[in-house]
Amino acid sequence: MTITATDLMLEATGVSKTYGAVVALRSASLAVRPGEVHALMGANGAGKSTLVKILTGAVRPDGGRIAVRGRERTVHSPAEARRGGLVSVYQEPSIIPDLDIRANLRLTDTPLEPFRHWLAELGLGDLDLSSMARRLPLASLRIIDLARALAIEPDVLMLDEMTAALPANLTERVLEVVGSRRGGERSVVFISHRLSEIASVCDRATVLREGETVGVVDVTAGSDERIVELMLGQIIHEMPAVAEATAGHRGTGATPRLAVRGISSGTKLRDVSFDLYPGEVLGVVALEGQGQDELFDILAGSERPGSGELLVDGSAASFRHPADAIRAGLVYVAADRAEALLMQRSVRENIALPFTARIGRWGLIDLGAERQKVDQAVTKLQIDARAGSEVRRLSGGNQQKVTIARWVAGGVRTMLCFDPTRGIDIRTKQQIYLLLRDLAEAGAAVLLYTSELKEVQLVCDRAIVIFGGRVVAEVGAVDADEATLLRAAYHLRSDAPMPEQVAAAVVDAASVDRPPSEVAGGPEARG
Amino acid sequence: MSATPPANRWLRVDAWRGLLRDRPIIPLVGLLVLLVVVIELADPGIVNPEWASVILRASVPLAILAGCQTLTMLTGGIDLSVAAVASMAGFVTATLVNSPGGVIEGIAVALVAAALAGLLNGIGVGVFRVHPLIMTLGMSFVVLGLANVWQLQMVQTGAGVPSSLRTLGTGTFLDVLPYSLVVFVPLMLLILLGLRRTGFGRLLYAIGDNPVAARLSGARAWQVLIALYVISALMAAIAGLLITGLTNTASVSLVDTSLLPAVAAAVIGGTSILGGRGGFGGTIVGALILTVLTALLTVLGLPEPTRQVLFGAIIVVVAAAYTRVTAES
Repeated sequence: MTITATDLMLEATGVSKTYGAVVALRSASLAVRPGEVHALMGANGAGKSTLVKILTGAVRPDGGRIAVRGRERTVHSPAEARRGGLVSVYQEPSIIPDLDIRANLRLTDTPLEPFRHWLAELGLGDLDLSSMARRLPLASLRIIDLARALAIEPDVLMLDEMTAALPANLTERVLEVVGSRRGGERSVVFISHRLSEIASVCDRATVLREGETVGVVDVTAGSDERIVELMLGQIIHEMPAVAEATAGHRGTGATPRLAVRGISSGTKLRDVSFDLYPGEVLGVVALEGQGQDELFDILAGSERPGSGELLVDGSAASFRHPADAIRAGLVYVAADRAEALLMQRSVRENIALPFTARIGRWGLIDLGAERQKVDQAVTKLQIDARAGSEVRRLSGGNQQKVTIARWVAGGVRTMLCFDPTRGIDIRTKQQIYLLLRDLAEAGAAVLLYTSELKEVQLVCDRAIVIFGGRVVAEVGAVDADEATLLRAAYHLRSDAPMPEQVAAAVVDAASVDRPPSEVAGGPEARG
Repeated sequence: MSATPPANRWLRVDAWRGLLRDRPIIPLVGLLVLLVVVIELADPGIVNPEWASVILRASVPLAILAGCQTLTMLTGGIDLSVAAVASMAGFVTATLVNSPGGVIEGIAVALVAAALAGLLNGIGVGVFRVHPLIMTLGMSFVVLGLANVWQLQMVQTGAGVPSSLRTLGTGTFLDVLPYSLVVFVPLMLLILLGLRRTGFGRLLYAIGDNPVAARLSGARAWQVLIALYVISALMAAIAGLLITGLTNTASVSLVDTSLLPAVAAAVIGGTSILGGRGGFGGTIVGALILTVLTALLTVLGLPEPTRQVLFGAIIVVVAAAYTRVTAES
């Protein structure tokens, strides 16, 4: 008995999607069998979320073919996908906060009895359905969202990072329920960064890399490494190393520019400590949502830590407002340009914004001096400011450079960069790397969170890895290749098999036409 | 402008859009000229220096009140307390006309009272994050109430609009240029310069465009907002003094009818109610447009209700056209 296309519950082939110049999906495919829990894996930005959004009709693909139960269909909206049996539960629960749970259920026509059943299965059996959604903790809302999706018995249930930030007991219940779907008639697509969860509930895993499906792996003991290798792919050095990273800046006894001591914040950050020295670029590596957002918010003065201490140049500092951090020399470059820019204002005003922020500088502006500083920064970052009368008319890369130029214009002591190269072209990336190296050479301290692991060896002197809110590793630039970092980011042991050993196995696993003997779960399980 | 235009027609629309976006004052002046031409056609001979002087005198206080809206709207706010504050200022000055300090004392008291109202607005909006609409609306009732209390206290002292205010409001140089320009022109220059050339002006735009970005750049919005609402209230008080002089009336509700036209003038003048876009130049033209429009509707001899309907409809159409045309495609 062989599995043919019509036996598949969901089949997507050649799905592509570009946003402007950014290719989110090149050619993604996904084949889910009935009664299977199928993991969708990929490093940050590999295209998992885009693929899920396309499957559930939230985003229109540019190309490709999607078939459910063998019949091809185009899905135009989440409602349509729902009717077709595809339901997705996202990280943010889609529950209206100002309605009670019962009214929320009515909105989506959810049958009440099955909902109660699943809620009990998930460990929230005693929930009062007349409570206002906004009164409930986020974890409960996510469970409710899941129970609601299960209650309408979808053919394919897609769970996007369902277990992230759930307390351990609820995570266990969710995994139990997901696991119990195996071997039934319906399927689950499961997205998670936690390899242990994948190992415990999934039958197979499809791995995406740079918008392409690079392999399908049977989840068995030891398949973790294969998955990681697939996510890594061949490490291509498409960019020459920007500078010889030198870890020798730290003289013995040098005072760190910024010393972080035991910073904690809720459940997101736990006892984080590290030192950032003048003249170095320190990388921060983490999967999505491991606490790096909170860490940067705290360092930039946007949020206050629950506990712990910050030392700037050896003396204790406490930031109540970003202005305090800026005064202490810590400037922040946000990943989200929409957060950092005045879109309707000129390049000049955007760069000059910090100059006039303080109340002492509210008076007349010395336009000559301002122009000089701004022009210097524009030249240094090679910003194409021809459409500069409104920043929103600039390209993404140029916009990102404006957010950096703002701080360069005033002189940088310590720069905190949160994924500054996300979604921008390769040339601009290169320019930003060079600039960060230049800043470090000139004695500045740079903290760089990046979701592109390649960048670490190019730009950083060393890197710390954060997992689950803790610093789990520190890696010198020399050892900070993608494989090491990714293993560390998944909190895997570093003595796992090396690429050469698994390469052959990966080639087998990646081939699409696999013999039926490899089918996990097996067709007979479908009854 | 970003994509290749598919047809000639689009080329033209895009060109217009570019013009309107970059130089919003040009189409506004065009509309103003058009209205003047129409009023001349409707009543030949009406447009002469004397008529212009009347229009200017009426436009000056409206432009100042609209300036309050412009400044607050740049930050994404609004100041609905200007009418109450302006009326209060004129009224307080009139009641103090027989005090030992005379007009000067009256004006000083009025300005201090206005600044206090503005300070409270600023604290409410900037520190306690009350929505500006609610904060200033509430403040307008508070000011009205206090002005009424003041009225009861001062009823026996004898009051009258000081002759100096009457002269300032109604007098003209050579029968053409109103004296009120002596107040208005320096104020106008100050605002235009302030918005373009000072750190404070830049921050108004910054906070309205993107409060998060302003914060991340180290700006403390509450400081800016407190200063802003004090300035707005002081400008409202000045407008109130001019209107009191112009109409030779002192009443706690004198300026009420100018509140919504002031908001309309700012919007027509190209200031976005969402913040971050606009300027005082357009607002002045907007105030002139509204004044001429009122004159035109009067000249046409339409009944009052019809005039009101037309006035409202025209404001909506102009503002909607403006938003559509200047929006980024």
